[in-house]
Amino acid sequence: MSSVATVQHAGVHEVHHEHHHHETFISKYVFSQDHKMISKQFLVTGIIWAIIGGLFSVIFRLQLGFPDTTFPWLEDLLGHWAAGGKLKPDFYYALVTMHGTILVFFVLTAGLSGTFANYLIPLQIGARDMASPMLNMLSYWFFFLASIIMFASLFVQTGPASGGWTIYPPLSALGDASTGSVVGMDYWLVSMAMFIVSSLLGGLNYITTILSMRTKGMSMTRLPLTVWALLFTAILGVLSFPVLFSGVILLLFDRNLGTSFYLSDIVIAGKILPNEGGSAILFQHLFWFLGHPEVYIIALPAMGISSEIISVNSRKPIFGYMAMVGSLFAICTLAFLVWAHHMFVTGMNPFLGSVFVLLTLLIAVPSAIKVFNWLTTLWRGNIRFTPGMLFSIGFVSLFISGGLTGIFLGNSALDLHLHDTYFVIAHFHIVMGVASIFGMLAGIYHWFPKMFGRYMNNTLAYIHFWVTIVGAYLIFWPMHYEGLAGMPRRYYDYSGWNSFKMFAGLNEFISFVVIIVFAVQLLFVFNFFYSMYKGRKVTNQNPWQSNTLEWTAPIHPGHGNWPGEIPEVYRGAYEYSKDGKEYIPQNVPVGDEETKGH
Amino acid sequence: MSAVAMEQRKKIHPHKFTLWVGIGSLLMMFAGLTSAYIVKRNLANWQTYDLPWFFWISTVAILLSSVTIYMAEKKFKQRDMKKYRGLLLVTVILGVLFITFQVLGFLQLWEKQVTLTANVSYSFMYVIVSLHAAHVLGGLIALIVLYAKAFGTKIRVYNSVPVELVSTYWHFVDVLWIYLLIFLILIR
Repeated sequence: MSSVATVQHAGVHEVHHEHHHHETFISKYVFSQDHKMISKQFLVTGIIWAIIGGLFSVIFRLQLGFPDTTFPWLEDLLGHWAAGGKLKPDFYYALVTMHGTILVFFVLTAGLSGTFANYLIPLQIGARDMASPMLNMLSYWFFFLASIIMFASLFVQTGPASGGWTIYPPLSALGDASTGSVVGMDYWLVSMAMFIVSSLLGGLNYITTILSMRTKGMSMTRLPLTVWALLFTAILGVLSFPVLFSGVILLLFDRNLGTSFYLSDIVIAGKILPNEGGSAILFQHLFWFLGHPEVYIIALPAMGISSEIISVNSRKPIFGYMAMVGSLFAICTLAFLVWAHHMFVTGMNPFLGSVFVLLTLLIAVPSAIKVFNWLTTLWRGNIRFTPGMLFSIGFVSLFISGGLTGIFLGNSALDLHLHDTYFVIAHFHIVMGVASIFGMLAGIYHWFPKMFGRYMNNTLAYIHFWVTIVGAYLIFWPMHYEGLAGMPRRYYDYSGWNSFKMFAGLNEFISFVVIIVFAVQLLFVFNFFYSMYKGRKVTNQNPWQSNTLEWTAPIHPGHGNWPGEIPEVYRGAYEYSKDGKEYIPQNVPVGDEETKGH
Repeated sequence: MSAVAMEQRKKIHPHKFTLWVGIGSLLMMFAGLTSAYIVKRNLANWQTYDLPWFFWISTVAILLSSVTIYMAEKKFKQRDMKKYRGLLLVTVILGVLFITFQVLGFLQLWEKQVTLTANVSYSFMYVIVSLHAAHVLGGLIALIVLYAKAFGTKIRVYNSVPVELVSTYWHFVDVLWIYLLIFLILIR
């Protein structure tokens, strides 16, 4: 009878089998349809990619910091790419390209959204699993496939893609243009197509789950801000990734079938190519129509995670809940209207440019609202400096520092000078790179006890935090000066230019800090895996005394999350320090004497 | 156990909702391509051509198939499995005809020197039309699976969700084709 009654409710009916259905190793750990296991798969894959991507940055920073030195061990590691212990220019570009690709897509999109959307959405809205656990599993496995293809591209003879993570044609479209464009670029494009499928399957699921599977009483205005942020992230992804997909298809046609979507009047090594009528700028439009929302796909989850953690650990309601939701919405909308600010120097109509300047600078308004609300939430709070809290505050700090330089760059007049310099590198690394890594780390430290039933080591976490935040500023702050002085990005060796010789010492210093910061990340990785098996066991179901629903589930929740009924929700997610009580979880019914909610 | 089911309040089935969001996503992909087409058209060296008449026949086929799947869905809800199977089969055949006529249309164009690489406007047409055809092919696979399942000997539960999902998707590729056809005729 039960199967008849529930067959309509996809995503829920698996739950009934949990007691009389033996899970094998394969179905539990590999092809799992449990959102919690899929989340951990995304997390671990993301961490592996972060180590690889980080290592690449260490290697190319060695070249930038010590252009005249040889490192014989590099040859052992990279073979002919570093013959004689010196990185080859071609491979330098490949490393920079792969560093960007890996960090932007594989770590901060799949690793961040994939982990926390999967983990938190069902647990925080009170659902047994995602709307479609099957699609959810496919989402991970498409990501895995994309990962394998991208990883394989590191080993092809001509090297991985090397045209920059933005893969602008004609460089990326012509095999003769650079070694990375021979077959490495095909790997890149196919991998990215798989990645887009993964991210769409994930996004569809997140949106549907949030909108149609909330538990009783969980109205949209009672949702934790993490869930709101993940909802907007998914909407951005679902609407912008398909446009990149179309751009990727056209590029694949140009590369392999002789079409001329992006190519026109090109001469390579004295040979005139037959392609005509194409436009390279067209690719930039298609790319940045995804590329700019992508920045917010990376940043919004970090904002949501930080909002949640800051409120919990300040023991105060989040300041301006509706303003937080509204500003997320505003950022999400504006994200689609500013892509051409990446293209101010392409010779676009100055009037069009000024429209994009206006829209770009408008993003400062919702961003400022968010920063104001984070600070006012902290203000006079009863702050607990847990590692998660420190990383959240670190996120706010970096978001402010990096956001301010965005105001410079959003201005087309200034951008003409700053475009493609280290100023841009400094800006986007601080505001979306390191800041979002901080959001991700904050989330890992905060939800680790829920994920694995154990705590991470705090001493190691504090060392990790302080070295990383100081290191991040020491690495990227000086780059602003280099950029203002005109030092262009993507050069292999700056020692040949008189204008940039004065930065030799600074570049060496930056590279030195990079090595230290990377080493400390390995400390985190050790802490993560060690604590998973040997960490202090969680004995309290709600260790952070938090209001949200995930902490009402057992310490080791099974597939289906709650053994009995799903808890009902009676209040918003942020009722801290109310009526003399330090916190009131969302599933506590409203008492007779209670004052109105915050 | 129905209490568990009752806990999940919903007006629209999650899978249907997922499909609609997915359709939105697919629309964005075609919007990307058609916008690129419009941008490119205003640049130099854009040649026009006449659409082959096979495309018109294929339009008739896919329009008819939308009608047949609509009727199939209705018959399924009336528990008339025999007619349901028949109508599904007709839909599959019409879908196969659509793809065949598209391919014949491509051949017709190719003979008139409208080849993939001869001009950007041709390239765009080939990419857009074949990408749409790929989506029709996906729908065809879903239809065939549905058709195979319709022969299940004992059907205890009449769950109309899979039928509705496939039907919605099929209408979508139909409407998408009409849009693309009008687009390719008007904007050239």
